Amino acid sequence: METAIEVTDLVINRGKREVLHGFSCAIPRGSITGLLGPSGSGKTTLMRAVVGVQLVASGRVTVLGEPAGSPPLRRKIGYLTQAPSVYDDLTVRENARYFASLYGLRAADAEAALDGVGLSGAAHQLVGNLSGGQRSRASLACAIVGRPEVLVLDEPTVGQDPVLRDELWARFRGLAADGATILVSSHVMDEANRCDRLLLIRDGHLIGDDTPAAIKATAGTDDLDEAFLRIIRQQEKAAA
Amino acid sequence: MSPHILASTIGRIVRQLRHDRRTIGLVIVVPLLLLTLLYFMFDGQGPMFDRIALVMLGIFPFIIMFLITSIAMLRERTSGTLERLFTTPVGKLDLLFGYGIAFGLVAAVQATVAAGLAYWLFDLDTAGSLWLVIVIAVANAVLGVALGLLCSAFARTEFQAVQFMPVVAIPQILLCGLFVARDSMAGWLQVISDVLPLSYSVEALTEVGAHADPTGTMWRDLGIVVGAIILALLLGATTLRRRTA
Repeated sequence: METAIEVTDLVINRGKREVLHGFSCAIPRGSITGLLGPSGSGKTTLMRAVVGVQLVASGRVTVLGEPAGSPPLRRKIGYLTQAPSVYDDLTVRENARYFASLYGLRAADAEAALDGVGLSGAAHQLVGNLSGGQRSRASLACAIVGRPEVLVLDEPTVGQDPVLRDELWARFRGLAADGATILVSSHVMDEANRCDRLLLIRDGHLIGDDTPAAIKATAGTDDLDEAFLRIIRQQEKAAA
Repeated sequence: MSPHILASTIGRIVRQLRHDRRTIGLVIVVPLLLLTLLYFMFDGQGPMFDRIALVMLGIFPFIIMFLITSIAMLRERTSGTLERLFTTPVGKLDLLFGYGIAFGLVAAVQATVAAGLAYWLFDLDTAGSLWLVIVIAVANAVLGVALGLLCSAFARTEFQAVQFMPVVAIPQILLCGLFVARDSMAGWLQVISDVLPLSYSVEALTEVGAHADPTGTMWRDLGIVVGAIILALLLGATTLRRRTA
Protein backbone atom coordinates (compact mmCIF):
# COMPACT_ATOMS: atom_id res chain seq x y z
CA MET A 1 0.00 0.00 0.00
CA GLU A 2 1.16 3.50 -0.80
CA THR A 3 2.46 5.52 2.14
CA ALA A 4 0.91 8.94 2.77
CA ILE A 5 2.79 9.96 5.91
CA GLU A 6 6.23 8.74 6.79
CA VAL A 7 7.90 9.63 10.08
CA THR A 8 11.55 8.69 10.50
CA ASP A 9 13.60 8.94 13.72
CA LEU A 10 11.66 11.97 14.87
CA VAL A 11 13.00 13.72 17.98
CA ILE A 12 11.04 16.63 19.42
CA ASN A 13 11.67 18.71 22.52
CA ARG A 14 9.03 20.83 24.16
CA GLY A 15 10.59 23.08 26.75
CA LYS A 16 13.46 21.11 28.29
CA ARG A 17 11.65 17.82 27.97
CA GLU A 18 12.15 15.42 25.09
CA VAL A 19 8.64 14.42 24.02
CA LEU A 20 9.32 12.12 21.08
CA HIS A 21 12.49 10.03 21.16
CA GLY A 22 13.35 8.83 17.67
CA PHE A 23 9.77 8.06 16.65
CA SER A 24 9.15 6.25 13.35
CA CYS A 25 5.95 5.15 11.66
CA ALA A 26 4.32 4.90 8.23
CA ILE A 27 0.68 5.66 7.51
CA PRO A 28 -0.95 4.22 4.39
CA ARG A 29 -2.89 6.39 1.98
CA GLY A 30 -6.69 6.26 2.04
CA SER A 31 -6.88 4.79 5.53
CA ILE A 32 -8.02 5.86 8.97
CA THR A 33 -5.20 5.54 11.45
CA GLY A 34 -5.94 5.97 15.13
CA LEU A 35 -3.38 7.50 17.45
CA LEU A 36 -3.95 6.11 20.90
CA GLY A 37 -2.22 6.89 24.13
CA PRO A 38 -2.61 8.64 27.46
CA SER A 39 -2.59 12.39 27.83
CA GLY A 40 0.98 13.70 27.60
CA SER A 41 2.25 10.73 25.58
CA GLY A 42 3.12 12.88 22.55
CA LYS A 43 0.02 12.49 20.34
CA THR A 44 -0.58 16.20 19.77
CA THR A 45 3.14 16.82 19.26
CA LEU A 46 3.29 14.14 16.57
CA MET A 47 0.23 15.61 14.85
CA ARG A 48 1.72 19.10 14.95
CA ALA A 49 4.85 17.71 13.30
CA VAL A 50 2.76 16.10 10.55
CA VAL A 51 0.94 19.36 9.74
CA GLY A 52 4.26 21.23 9.88
CA VAL A 53 3.80 23.67 12.77
CA GLN A 54 6.09 21.88 15.24
CA LEU A 55 9.78 22.69 15.63
CA VAL A 56 11.67 19.47 15.16
CA ALA A 57 15.01 18.65 16.83
CA SER A 58 15.94 15.90 14.39
CA GLY A 59 14.42 13.30 12.12
CA ARG A 60 12.15 13.58 9.12
CA VAL A 61 8.42 13.82 8.43
CA THR A 62 7.28 13.32 4.84
CA VAL A 63 3.69 13.87 3.77
CA LEU A 64 2.54 12.86 0.26
CA GLY A 65 6.19 12.79 -0.75
CA GLU A 66 6.94 16.35 0.42
CA PRO A 67 8.62 17.51 3.64
CA ALA A 68 5.91 18.27 6.24
CA GLY A 69 4.93 21.94 6.28
CA SER A 70 6.17 22.70 2.75
CA PRO A 71 4.02 25.19 0.81
CA PRO A 72 2.43 22.73 -1.68
CA LEU A 73 1.12 20.69 1.27
CA ARG A 74 -0.77 23.65 2.72
CA ARG A 75 -3.54 23.14 0.14
CA LYS A 76 -3.75 19.41 0.84
CA ILE A 77 -3.85 19.25 4.63
CA GLY A 78 -6.70 19.79 7.06
CA TYR A 79 -5.91 20.14 10.75
CA LEU A 80 -8.32 20.03 13.65
CA THR A 81 -6.63 21.26 16.83
CA GLN A 82 -7.65 19.76 20.14
CA ALA A 83 -9.17 23.00 21.45
CA PRO A 84 -11.57 24.35 18.81
CA SER A 85 -9.70 26.98 16.80
CA VAL A 86 -12.41 29.05 15.20
CA TYR A 87 -13.27 32.73 15.60
CA ASP A 88 -15.71 33.17 18.50
CA ASP A 89 -16.81 36.54 17.22
CA LEU A 90 -17.88 35.25 13.79
CA THR A 91 -20.90 33.14 12.93
CA VAL A 92 -20.43 29.47 12.09
CA ARG A 93 -21.07 30.26 8.41
CA GLU A 94 -18.60 33.17 8.35
CA ASN A 95 -15.92 30.92 9.84
CA ALA A 96 -16.51 28.20 7.25
CA ARG A 97 -16.56 30.72 4.40
CA TYR A 98 -13.31 32.32 5.54
CA PHE A 99 -11.48 29.01 5.68
CA ALA A 100 -13.05 27.98 2.33
CA SER A 101 -11.78 31.20 0.77
CA LEU A 102 -8.20 30.41 1.81
CA TYR A 103 -8.34 27.42 -0.54
CA GLY A 104 -10.00 29.45 -3.28
CA LEU A 105 -13.34 27.74 -2.63
CA ARG A 106 -16.83 29.28 -2.62
CA ALA A 107 -19.71 29.76 -0.24
CA ALA A 108 -21.38 26.55 -1.51
CA ASP A 109 -18.35 24.54 -0.37
CA ALA A 110 -18.64 26.12 3.09
CA GLU A 111 -22.31 25.12 3.26
CA ALA A 112 -21.44 21.56 2.25
CA ALA A 113 -18.85 21.35 5.05
CA LEU A 114 -21.36 22.66 7.61
CA ASP A 115 -23.91 20.14 6.38
CA GLY A 116 -21.31 17.40 6.75
CA VAL A 117 -20.90 18.09 10.47
CA GLY A 118 -24.62 18.65 11.09
CA LEU A 119 -24.33 22.37 11.77
CA SER A 120 -26.43 23.82 8.95
CA GLY A 121 -29.17 24.67 11.44
CA ALA A 122 -26.75 26.72 13.58
CA ALA A 123 -24.95 28.39 10.65
CA HIS A 124 -26.14 31.90 11.55
CA GLN A 125 -25.11 31.65 15.21
CA LEU A 126 -22.01 33.24 16.66
CA VAL A 127 -19.48 30.54 17.55
CA GLY A 128 -19.06 32.16 20.97
CA ASN A 129 -22.70 31.29 21.76
CA LEU A 130 -22.47 27.61 20.81
CA SER A 131 -22.20 24.60 23.12
CA GLY A 132 -18.82 22.90 23.43
CA GLY A 133 -19.81 20.07 21.10
CA GLN A 134 -21.17 22.43 18.44
CA ARG A 135 -18.08 24.59 18.66
CA SER A 136 -15.79 21.64 18.03
CA ARG A 137 -17.95 20.64 15.05
CA ALA A 138 -17.63 24.18 13.70
CA SER A 139 -13.89 23.74 13.99
CA LEU A 140 -14.14 20.37 12.24
CA ALA A 141 -16.11 21.93 9.38
CA CYS A 142 -13.24 24.39 8.84
CA ALA A 143 -10.76 21.48 8.77
CA ILE A 144 -12.64 19.51 6.10
CA VAL A 145 -13.84 22.46 4.01
CA GLY A 146 -10.72 22.42 1.80
CA ARG A 147 -11.34 18.75 0.87
CA PRO A 148 -7.89 17.81 2.17
CA GLU A 149 -6.00 14.74 1.03
CA VAL A 150 -4.57 14.39 4.51
CA LEU A 151 -6.80 15.10 7.48
CA VAL A 152 -5.25 15.33 10.94
CA LEU A 153 -7.85 15.29 13.71
CA ASP A 154 -6.89 15.81 17.34
CA GLU A 155 -9.73 14.32 19.42
CA PRO A 156 -12.54 15.28 17.04
CA THR A 157 -15.43 13.67 18.90
CA VAL A 158 -14.91 14.85 22.47
CA GLY A 159 -18.19 16.05 23.96
CA GLN A 160 -20.34 14.84 21.04
CA ASP A 161 -23.51 12.92 21.61
CA PRO A 162 -23.28 9.23 20.68
CA VAL A 163 -25.58 9.50 17.65
CA LEU A 164 -23.64 12.41 16.30
CA ARG A 165 -20.34 10.66 16.99
CA ASP A 166 -21.58 7.75 14.94
CA GLU A 167 -22.47 10.13 12.10
CA LEU A 168 -19.09 11.84 12.25
CA TRP A 169 -17.33 8.49 12.02
CA ALA A 170 -19.47 7.57 9.02
CA ARG A 171 -18.35 10.86 7.51
CA PHE A 172 -14.65 10.10 8.18
CA ARG A 173 -15.15 6.67 6.65
CA GLY A 174 -16.65 8.31 3.55
CA LEU A 175 -13.72 10.71 3.24
CA ALA A 176 -11.25 7.81 3.52
CA ALA A 177 -13.21 5.87 0.89
CA ASP A 178 -12.76 8.88 -1.41
CA GLY A 179 -9.01 8.57 -0.91
CA ALA A 180 -8.31 10.86 2.07
CA THR A 181 -5.74 9.75 4.62
CA ILE A 182 -6.97 10.37 8.14
CA LEU A 183 -4.88 10.47 11.30
CA VAL A 184 -7.12 10.71 14.33
CA SER A 185 -6.28 10.76 18.03
CA SER A 186 -8.71 9.54 20.62
CA HIS A 187 -9.11 8.50 24.21
CA VAL A 188 -12.19 6.45 23.48
CA MET A 189 -11.40 2.79 22.81
CA ASP A 190 -14.77 2.26 21.14
CA GLU A 191 -13.58 4.67 18.46
CA ALA A 192 -10.25 2.92 18.14
CA ASN A 193 -12.10 -0.18 16.97
CA ARG A 194 -13.37 1.77 13.97
CA CYS A 195 -9.85 2.57 12.69
CA ASP A 196 -8.06 0.61 9.98
CA ARG A 197 -4.83 0.76 11.92
CA LEU A 198 -3.79 1.84 15.38
CA LEU A 199 -0.61 3.46 16.59
CA LEU A 200 -0.21 2.94 20.33
CA ILE A 201 1.97 5.60 21.83
CA ARG A 202 3.26 5.92 25.37
CA ASP A 203 5.88 8.33 26.77
CA GLY A 204 6.88 9.29 23.25
CA HIS A 205 7.55 5.71 22.12
CA LEU A 206 5.58 3.71 19.58
CA ILE A 207 4.56 0.53 21.44
CA GLY A 208 2.12 -0.92 18.94
CA ASP A 209 1.33 -0.54 15.23
CA ASP A 210 -1.24 -2.88 13.75
CA THR A 211 -4.93 -3.36 12.95
CA PRO A 212 -7.25 -3.28 15.98
CA ALA A 213 -8.03 -6.97 15.48
CA ALA A 214 -4.36 -7.95 15.31
CA ILE A 215 -3.52 -5.91 18.40
CA LYS A 216 -6.31 -7.63 20.35
CA ALA A 217 -5.29 -11.06 19.05
CA THR A 218 -1.62 -10.56 19.96
CA ALA A 219 -2.54 -9.42 23.47
CA GLY A 220 -5.02 -12.31 23.77
CA THR A 221 -8.06 -10.24 24.73
CA ASP A 222 -11.18 -8.84 23.07
CA ASP A 223 -10.97 -5.58 24.93
CA LEU A 224 -8.72 -2.86 23.48
CA ASP A 225 -8.25 -1.15 26.85
CA GLU A 226 -7.06 -4.44 28.30
CA ALA A 227 -4.91 -5.11 25.23
CA PHE A 228 -3.19 -1.76 25.61
CA LEU A 229 -2.49 -2.53 29.28
CA ARG A 230 -1.07 -6.00 28.50
CA ILE A 231 1.22 -4.61 25.81
CA ILE A 232 2.60 -2.03 28.27
CA ARG A 233 3.14 -4.75 30.94
CA GLN A 234 4.87 -7.06 28.46
CA GLN A 235 7.20 -4.29 27.33
CA GLU A 236 7.98 -3.30 30.92
CA LYS A 237 8.77 -6.92 31.72
CA ALA A 238 10.97 -7.19 28.64
CA ALA A 239 12.80 -3.99 29.62
CA ALA A 240 13.35 -5.12 33.22
CA MET B 1 1.01 37.08 -0.42
CA SER B 2 -2.13 36.54 -2.47
CA PRO B 3 -4.63 39.35 -3.25
CA HIS B 4 -7.51 36.92 -2.88
CA ILE B 5 -6.46 35.67 0.57
CA LEU B 6 -5.59 39.21 1.67
CA ALA B 7 -9.06 40.43 0.66
CA SER B 8 -10.88 37.66 2.47
CA THR B 9 -8.69 38.17 5.55
CA ILE B 10 -9.56 41.89 5.60
CA GLY B 11 -13.23 40.95 5.26
CA ARG B 12 -12.97 38.44 8.09
CA ILE B 13 -11.34 40.96 10.48
CA VAL B 14 -13.92 43.67 9.68
CA ARG B 15 -16.74 41.12 10.18
CA GLN B 16 -15.33 40.15 13.57
CA LEU B 17 -15.42 43.80 14.63
CA ARG B 18 -18.91 44.26 13.21
CA HIS B 19 -20.26 41.56 15.51
CA ASP B 20 -18.77 43.45 18.45
CA ARG B 21 -21.02 46.50 18.41
CA ARG B 22 -19.87 47.78 21.76
CA THR B 23 -16.25 47.93 20.65
CA ILE B 24 -17.23 49.80 17.48
CA GLY B 25 -19.25 52.21 19.62
CA LEU B 26 -16.29 52.82 21.90
CA VAL B 27 -13.87 53.26 19.02
CA ILE B 28 -16.07 55.93 17.44
CA VAL B 29 -17.55 57.62 20.52
CA VAL B 30 -14.60 57.79 22.94
CA PRO B 31 -12.55 60.24 20.81
CA LEU B 32 -15.67 62.42 20.49
CA LEU B 33 -16.15 62.49 24.26
CA LEU B 34 -12.49 63.33 24.82
CA LEU B 35 -12.61 66.12 22.23
CA THR B 36 -15.72 67.50 23.93
CA LEU B 37 -13.85 67.44 27.23
CA LEU B 38 -10.95 69.36 25.66
CA TYR B 39 -13.35 71.88 24.15
CA PHE B 40 -14.83 72.76 27.51
CA MET B 41 -11.42 72.66 29.27
CA PHE B 42 -10.08 75.32 26.91
CA ASP B 43 -13.34 77.24 26.72
CA GLY B 44 -12.66 80.65 25.16
CA GLN B 45 -8.95 79.91 24.53
CA GLY B 46 -9.27 79.25 20.79
CA PRO B 47 -5.59 78.90 19.77
CA MET B 48 -4.81 76.62 22.74
CA PHE B 49 -7.74 74.32 21.85
CA ASP B 50 -6.71 74.38 18.18
CA ARG B 51 -3.19 73.26 19.02
CA ILE B 52 -4.11 70.47 21.44
CA ALA B 53 -7.21 69.15 19.67
CA LEU B 54 -5.27 68.91 16.41
CA VAL B 55 -2.55 66.81 18.03
CA MET B 56 -5.14 64.67 19.81
CA LEU B 57 -6.82 63.88 16.47
CA GLY B 58 -3.56 62.08 15.68
CA ILE B 59 -2.93 60.52 19.09
CA PHE B 60 -6.37 58.94 19.74
CA PRO B 61 -6.31 56.63 16.70
CA PHE B 62 -2.74 55.61 17.51
CA ILE B 63 -3.56 54.53 21.07
CA ILE B 64 -6.89 52.89 20.30
CA MET B 65 -5.65 50.90 17.31
CA PHE B 66 -2.53 49.83 19.20
CA LEU B 67 -4.67 48.36 21.96
CA ILE B 68 -7.24 46.70 19.71
CA THR B 69 -4.61 45.17 17.47
CA SER B 70 -2.41 43.80 20.21
CA ILE B 71 -5.39 42.06 21.81
CA ALA B 72 -6.74 40.79 18.45
CA MET B 73 -3.38 39.33 17.48
CA LEU B 74 -2.88 37.83 20.92
CA ARG B 75 -6.27 36.13 20.53
CA GLU B 76 -5.14 34.67 17.19
CA ARG B 77 -2.15 33.20 18.97
CA THR B 78 -3.89 31.90 22.10
CA SER B 79 -7.07 30.58 20.44
CA GLY B 80 -5.11 28.33 18.09
CA THR B 81 -6.48 30.04 14.98
CA LEU B 82 -2.99 31.30 14.13
CA GLU B 83 -1.58 27.77 14.34
CA ARG B 84 -4.37 26.51 12.11
CA LEU B 85 -3.93 29.37 9.63
CA PHE B 86 -0.28 28.41 9.28
CA THR B 87 -1.33 24.95 8.04
CA THR B 88 -3.33 26.67 5.24
CA PRO B 89 -2.10 28.70 2.23
CA VAL B 90 -2.24 31.95 4.28
CA GLY B 91 1.02 33.92 4.15
CA LYS B 92 2.42 35.99 7.02
CA LEU B 93 2.06 39.14 4.97
CA ASP B 94 -1.59 38.31 4.19
CA LEU B 95 -2.20 38.39 7.92
CA LEU B 96 -0.11 41.46 8.76
CA PHE B 97 -1.43 43.54 5.88
CA GLY B 98 -4.91 42.16 6.53
CA TYR B 99 -4.86 43.62 10.03
CA GLY B 100 -3.18 46.84 8.89
CA ILE B 101 -5.74 47.50 6.15
CA ALA B 102 -8.84 46.33 8.08
CA PHE B 103 -8.09 48.45 11.12
CA GLY B 104 -6.85 51.28 8.88
CA LEU B 105 -10.36 51.37 7.34
CA VAL B 106 -11.94 51.52 10.79
CA ALA B 107 -9.49 54.27 11.73
CA ALA B 108 -10.47 56.25 8.64
CA VAL B 109 -14.10 56.24 9.81
CA GLN B 110 -13.04 57.14 13.33
CA ALA B 111 -10.78 59.99 12.21
CA THR B 112 -13.38 61.41 9.82
CA VAL B 113 -16.08 61.49 12.50
CA ALA B 114 -13.74 62.96 15.14
CA ALA B 115 -12.26 65.57 12.81
CA GLY B 116 -15.76 66.43 11.56
CA LEU B 117 -16.92 67.11 15.10
CA ALA B 118 -13.84 69.17 15.90
CA TYR B 119 -14.18 71.32 12.78
CA TRP B 120 -17.90 71.86 12.53
CA LEU B 121 -19.07 71.84 16.12
CA PHE B 122 -16.01 73.02 18.00
CA ASP B 123 -14.68 75.38 15.32
CA LEU B 124 -11.24 73.84 15.20
CA ASP B 125 -9.16 76.21 13.11
CA THR B 126 -6.30 74.96 10.95
CA ALA B 127 -4.59 76.82 8.14
CA GLY B 128 -4.30 73.60 6.11
CA SER B 129 -6.86 71.14 4.85
CA LEU B 130 -9.08 68.86 6.92
CA TRP B 131 -8.25 65.99 4.57
CA LEU B 132 -4.56 66.16 5.39
CA VAL B 133 -5.46 65.94 9.08
CA ILE B 134 -7.46 62.79 8.36
CA VAL B 135 -4.68 61.27 6.24
CA ILE B 136 -2.15 61.82 9.03
CA ALA B 137 -4.59 60.45 11.62
CA VAL B 138 -5.07 57.27 9.56
CA ALA B 139 -1.29 56.92 9.15
CA ASN B 140 -1.04 57.16 12.94
CA ALA B 141 -3.72 54.51 13.36
CA VAL B 142 -1.86 52.15 11.04
CA LEU B 143 1.33 52.88 12.98
CA GLY B 144 -0.58 51.82 16.11
CA VAL B 145 -1.69 48.62 14.33
CA ALA B 146 1.85 47.81 13.20
CA LEU B 147 3.35 48.37 16.67
CA GLY B 148 0.47 46.44 18.25
CA LEU B 149 1.13 43.44 15.99
CA LEU B 150 4.79 43.58 16.91
CA CYS B 151 4.25 43.97 20.68
CA SER B 152 1.66 41.18 20.87
CA ALA B 153 4.49 38.76 20.13
CA PHE B 154 6.00 39.62 23.52
CA ALA B 155 2.83 39.11 25.53
CA ARG B 156 1.46 35.76 26.62
CA THR B 157 -1.70 37.03 28.23
CA GLU B 158 -4.11 39.89 27.69
CA PHE B 159 -2.97 41.39 31.01
CA GLN B 160 0.55 41.61 29.63
CA ALA B 161 -0.61 42.92 26.27
CA VAL B 162 -2.42 45.93 27.74
CA GLN B 163 0.70 46.81 29.76
CA PHE B 164 2.54 47.47 26.52
CA MET B 165 0.24 50.40 25.84
CA PRO B 166 1.77 52.70 28.49
CA VAL B 167 5.24 51.43 27.59
CA VAL B 168 4.88 52.18 23.88
CA ALA B 169 2.44 55.09 23.84
CA ILE B 170 3.07 57.29 26.87
CA PRO B 171 6.78 58.08 26.28
CA GLN B 172 5.91 58.99 22.70
CA ILE B 173 3.11 61.30 23.85
CA LEU B 174 5.32 62.95 26.50
CA LEU B 175 8.22 63.51 24.11
CA CYS B 176 6.35 64.39 20.90
CA GLY B 177 6.50 68.13 21.53
CA LEU B 178 3.00 68.55 22.89
CA PHE B 179 4.04 69.34 26.47
CA VAL B 180 7.54 70.74 25.96
CA ALA B 181 8.78 72.01 22.59
CA ARG B 182 11.21 69.44 21.24
CA ASP B 183 14.03 71.95 20.67
CA SER B 184 13.91 73.14 24.27
CA MET B 185 14.30 69.62 25.73
CA ALA B 186 17.60 68.35 27.12
CA GLY B 187 19.83 67.00 24.35
CA TRP B 188 19.41 63.34 25.26
CA LEU B 189 15.64 63.70 25.38
CA GLN B 190 15.73 65.25 21.91
CA VAL B 191 17.64 62.24 20.68
CA ILE B 192 14.96 59.91 22.05
CA SER B 193 12.23 62.11 20.64
CA ASP B 194 13.97 62.02 17.25
CA VAL B 195 13.70 58.24 17.01
CA LEU B 196 10.06 58.02 18.12
CA PRO B 197 7.66 58.00 15.14
CA LEU B 198 4.86 59.87 16.92
CA SER B 199 7.12 62.97 17.10
CA TYR B 200 6.94 63.15 13.31
CA SER B 201 3.21 62.69 13.00
CA VAL B 202 2.64 65.40 15.61
CA GLU B 203 5.01 67.70 13.74
CA ALA B 204 3.16 66.93 10.50
CA LEU B 205 -0.17 67.81 12.11
CA THR B 206 1.32 71.06 13.49
CA GLU B 207 2.50 71.92 9.98
CA VAL B 208 -1.04 71.43 8.65
CA GLY B 209 -2.28 73.66 11.49
CA ALA B 210 0.13 76.47 10.58
CA HIS B 211 0.35 76.40 6.77
CA ALA B 212 -2.38 76.67 4.16
CA ASP B 213 -0.55 74.36 1.73
CA PRO B 214 1.21 71.08 2.52
CA THR B 215 4.84 71.83 3.39
CA GLY B 216 7.97 69.86 2.57
CA THR B 217 8.43 69.17 6.30
CA MET B 218 4.94 67.71 6.46
CA TRP B 219 5.59 65.36 3.54
CA ARG B 220 8.95 64.34 4.99
CA ASP B 221 7.32 63.65 8.38
CA LEU B 222 4.53 61.62 6.79
CA GLY B 223 7.16 59.67 4.87
CA ILE B 224 9.00 58.90 8.10
CA VAL B 225 5.77 57.64 9.70
CA VAL B 226 5.10 55.39 6.70
CA GLY B 227 8.68 54.13 6.92
CA ALA B 228 8.17 53.34 10.62
CA ILE B 229 4.97 51.43 9.75
CA ILE B 230 6.80 49.30 7.17
CA LEU B 231 9.68 48.66 9.58
CA ALA B 232 7.30 47.60 12.36
CA LEU B 233 5.37 45.30 9.99
CA LEU B 234 8.59 43.66 8.79
CA LEU B 235 9.76 43.17 12.38
CA GLY B 236 6.28 41.82 13.14
CA ALA B 237 6.66 39.32 10.29
CA THR B 238 9.82 37.95 11.90
CA THR B 239 7.90 37.30 15.15
CA LEU B 240 5.30 35.20 13.31
CA ARG B 241 6.64 31.67 13.13
CA ARG B 242 4.95 28.89 11.27
CA ARG B 243 6.79 26.39 13.41
CA THR B 244 6.80 26.80 17.17
CA ALA B 245 8.09 24.72 20.05
